[in-house]
Amino acid sequence: MAVIVFIESQEGVIKKAGLEVASYGRSIADAQGLKLIGVGFNIKDPLVLELYGLDQLCNIDTQEDSFFDVERYSSSIAKIVEKENASIVVISASADARYLGPILSVKVDAAYVSNVVELPSQYGPLKVKRSCFTNKAFNETQSEKKCTLISLSSNSFGLKEKSGTMKVTSETYSDSQSSLKVSSLDKITDKVSIADADIVVSGGRGLKGPENWHLIEDLAEVLGAATACSKPVSDMGWRSHSEHVGQTGKPVASNLYIAIGVSGAIQHLAGINSSKIKVVINNDPEAPFFKAADYGIVGDAFEVIPKLIEKLKARNL
Amino acid sequence: MNILVCISNVPDTTSKINFKENNTAFDTQGVQFIINPNDEFGLTRAIWLQQKLGAKVTVVTVGDLSCEPILKKCLAIGADKAIRIDVKPQDGLQVASCLASICKKTEYDLVITGRESIDYNGGMVGGILAAQLKIPYLANCIQLELEGSNINLQREIDGGKENLTASLPIVIGAQKGLVEEKDLIIPNMRGIMQARQKPLEIVAPETTICYSLVQNFEKPEEKGPVKLVDAEDIDGLIDLLENEAKVL
Ligand SMILES: Cc1cc2nc3c(=O)[nH]c(=O)nc-3n(C[C@H](O)[C@H](O)[C@H](O)COP(=O)(O)OP(=O)(O)OC[C@H]3O[C@@H](n4cnc5c(N)ncnc54)[C@H](O)[C@@H]3O)c2cc1C
Repeated sequence: MAVIVFIESQEGVIKKAGLEVASYGRSIADAQGLKLIGVGFNIKDPLVLELYGLDQLCNIDTQEDSFFDVERYSSSIAKIVEKENASIVVISASADARYLGPILSVKVDAAYVSNVVELPSQYGPLKVKRSCFTNKAFNETQSEKKCTLISLSSNSFGLKEKSGTMKVTSETYSDSQSSLKVSSLDKITDKVSIADADIVVSGGRGLKGPENWHLIEDLAEVLGAATACSKPVSDMGWRSHSEHVGQTGKPVASNLYIAIGVSGAIQHLAGINSSKIKVVINNDPEAPFFKAADYGIVGDAFEVIPKLIEKLKARNL
Repeated sequence: MNILVCISNVPDTTSKINFKENNTAFDTQGVQFIINPNDEFGLTRAIWLQQKLGAKVTVVTVGDLSCEPILKKCLAIGADKAIRIDVKPQDGLQVASCLASICKKTEYDLVITGRESIDYNGGMVGGILAAQLKIPYLANCIQLELEGSNINLQREIDGGKENLTASLPIVIGAQKGLVEEKDLIIPNMRGIMQARQKPLEIVAPETTICYSLVQNFEKPEEKGPVKLVDAEDIDGLIDLLENEAKVL
């Protein structure tokens, strides 16, 4: 028996989400007295995983195929889950992991539980807390199967170091009969994505027009943050859909979320609520966002943001 | 061409979420139900294929009688036929398994689910359904173009887009981008009248197996009041973020 975690990487470098599922998996493995095995693809720097408590890493070389092929990835992981007779499998909440999870769950006949926010409160049968109603509530879910596949909400557990010794093995990459094939990627390479960002700077209709977005971008740049926007901003074409956050857009679970000129409609808040610290800058003291935020400034974005950028730049020097 | 669009009946996005029976059940009192927004983007794309290629569009939901108003709305929007699988589902696996039994009876070339529902946010029905049927699944689908039985697709990924090709049949997880907000179809009087003549079939579930059970619900803790910082005191804000919240 073992706990298995899917270690995600980008161009061979392990992502933070990979370290978070390793940390979470370690705590479960300790509670259960089980071995913790990671499965990764084309990982170039496996040693860092030793610091997060992996006992073994199965590193799979996908050869010339560098795309994320959900069929081949899920079959490759399923083989290891079966071989190790794993009772718990943990994946992150990234777009790729949430794509893979349901398919993998069928292959290994596991109960799939997503949006998990804490360690299991009970094992045998396994019980976990997950968020639902787009962060407006939580529920406790009990697995009815011998094997449970958990998708862990980003930033809900954090990184916890626990070093030991790890062995690295290589496994084969499974084939696929699926007609679905990735042909190319359009990646925005120079920017941190909303899913990976520790800080997200978000602009709403209060910024008046796309020509003012340099304020959001400059602030994001000094903070090393991702940029986001409210739904009307993307509907009007001021910003790309990929920046739309909220109940019907992308979820945000960053450490810091800064909302500028966003009123704080219930649908917006639902999607960003699992961010740890929320800051609002809005010239209307009655804006609903002030009820949801940790820190706020009542003021004009066009005056506050340039000053904030200037001060942060000076601080970085 | 046969298209199946899987529809979830969800609380309106402005709903206040409350629970009853000692926090073991969602309290539907005073709550308006709507077509899950992701599903509605998918339905609209299906209607376009109906208009362009004469595809036949069937909508299906797994749920009790209370789900019929949204199915009728789907018919008024333009779907040709509706199916309701008469069971109150316990988890996503059960929903997917019920849908799979429908797909085994009639062959669908394209099955559309939403990326996720906004109530349980499982994000699993499409993937489990496709894996059970052993056909491909594309999550977070933001583009779908048919060329005969070949299909060009786009998936939204973290920090970009991925371009893919496949052949039918396929299951997709729809979201905004597949069509835009402005493309959503508001039923007109003619659509509503026509919907009355369209079939709404009720079928018994072939399976009631579920893999997980919700035990109870809880609401997030009330947040403390916001700390306001004067608009002139930017240093004060930076200090709080750095030393109190420790997020810089
Ligand atoms: C089914 C459905 C789903 C939805 N899903 C989402 C979703 O996923 N995400 C989402 O964001 N919305 C969603 N919405 C829309 C939501 O209801 C709101 O309409 C939207 O979030 C408002 O966007 P906003 O805050 O940018 O604009 P507004 O509500 O117009 O707010 C603009 C704010 O800017 C402030 N402002 C103006 N000028 C300045 C200035 N100079 N300096 C500082 N502040 C200023 C104003 O005081 C105001 O509070 C959804 C709606 C529906 C019906």
